[in-house]
Amino acid sequence: MKRFTLVVGLVLVCSVVLTALVSLVWTPFDPIRVVAADALLKPGWPHLLGTDAFGIDIVSRLMIGAQTTLQVGIIAVSIAAVVGVPLGVLAGQGSGWVSEVVMRASDVVYAFPALLLAILFAAAFGGSTWTAMAAIGIATIPAFARVARAGTLHVMASDYVLAARSCGTSRMGIAVRHVMPNIAPLIGVQASVAFATAILAEAGLSFLGLGTRPPTPTWGRMLRDAQNLLFGDPLQSLWPGLAIALAVLGFNLLGDGLRDYLDPQLREVS
Amino acid sequence: MTEPLYTVRDLTRIYRRGPASVTALDAVSLEVARGDRLGIVGESGSGKSTLIRLMAGLDRPTSGTVRFAGREIQRLPERDLAFLRSEVQMVFQDPRGSLDPRMRVGEIITEPLRSALIDEGRYRRDPAARERRLREVLNAVDLPADSAGRYPHEFSGGQRQRIAIARALAPEPSVLIADEPVSALDVSVRAQVLNLLNDLVRDIGLTLVFVTHDLSVVRHLCTRVAVLRNGKLLEEGPTPQVFSQPASDYTAQLLAAVPKVRLG
Repeated sequence: MKRFTLVVGLVLVCSVVLTALVSLVWTPFDPIRVVAADALLKPGWPHLLGTDAFGIDIVSRLMIGAQTTLQVGIIAVSIAAVVGVPLGVLAGQGSGWVSEVVMRASDVVYAFPALLLAILFAAAFGGSTWTAMAAIGIATIPAFARVARAGTLHVMASDYVLAARSCGTSRMGIAVRHVMPNIAPLIGVQASVAFATAILAEAGLSFLGLGTRPPTPTWGRMLRDAQNLLFGDPLQSLWPGLAIALAVLGFNLLGDGLRDYLDPQLREVS
Repeated sequence: MTEPLYTVRDLTRIYRRGPASVTALDAVSLEVARGDRLGIVGESGSGKSTLIRLMAGLDRPTSGTVRFAGREIQRLPERDLAFLRSEVQMVFQDPRGSLDPRMRVGEIITEPLRSALIDEGRYRRDPAARERRLREVLNAVDLPADSAGRYPHEFSGGQRQRIAIARALAPEPSVLIADEPVSALDVSVRAQVLNLLNDLVRDIGLTLVFVTHDLSVVRHLCTRVAVLRNGKLLEEGPTPQVFSQPASDYTAQLLAAVPKVRLG
């Protein structure tokens, strides 16, 4: 069962990645050029999923959309991990007040939803892929800081850290040599789950017009364009919705599967 | 008369958690001379582990002093503890916990050598010397030379404790503090590990502080015994004296409870 979760997650994630890679070099049709004569074609040949209101091939737009999705996910999760993990380790290793300061600051950030930050950034700098990535990344920092701190507290209580201290290893040495490698699996799981959240947030921001600007296709904006036709041509909303759902599901399953796979206690029970 | 290596005076450690507090160590005083082999005996919760953690500078006492080589260590910041870290090494109870599962054995054993505090960082700057020392200590604890590239989980309990001992020996300490080093091991390998420790301590001329609840091991290994109960030191003296004329009823009870088995 757990294997099943991991495998399905991996398959879904790999298909998204593969689609994005292929779209870098090839899409069936031009994903941007408007062809008024072909508007709103039903699924068939050669437009497998039909065309949108501008006569653009939906398959091609979905493929390019996967690029934006992954790009935002990767950068946002990287920002969150690169800032959040060291902060969490610091909080877990440090004395009481260091930990308090870091965690309370993280609570403050946690109180701001990514959406609010994105609106703030869009107002200040104009909406773009970058403001979306920065907003999602910053909003996700606390999640990483918490997981890293919890893992660090666990590692710091171990005998091997006591042994390291007794043989003169510095605090930095303990962080790099013992804490980081031992919390890496936790961080990996967190990254996968955060990726799913980031995809959802990016779709939401594009839907609201706060993310990537036209004409670059994103799944969120395809959904927005399709909502006017929700009753006339519901398939238009189905495709990008399905893409978002499957990508989010894939990263969540991958995260769950990884957690179960890496947790030795759970593994022994089965 | 020269000063003892360790002088512990009125050492007290109180753990507080919220309103509750536990006195783990209560005004303990003792001395360890260079070359002594001191056994610290007591039941679980008697304060044995607390005492050696304070002696190793891994914890701070609530009150009292620990002098090592003429200097009080209990208030010194880590960077000023180089003299202690170079001279005193520890072996912990359970090698499953004291060896980092994600480090190779070679990295584990040379970890003390990569510290800036040990030998003024001499080994830190010299990877070739670390490599030589690694081979020496692997040999000293009877582990195959190819152990260095493997991970702790590939070894048995007894072998893992040998790895922990090798790590403790690597920086050439003069004092070894061992916290029940065989109680987590299978009975069948305890004697091997104890004999190894015994041989090493004799060959190198180490000062040994050996925590245990097993009196027969103390008789075998230690020149002096200290008996702890509920954080208090009940008595301390040369092993033969404590064993033949115990000063406290508690010690007498402990001795009476030892199964009579002849060792080696």
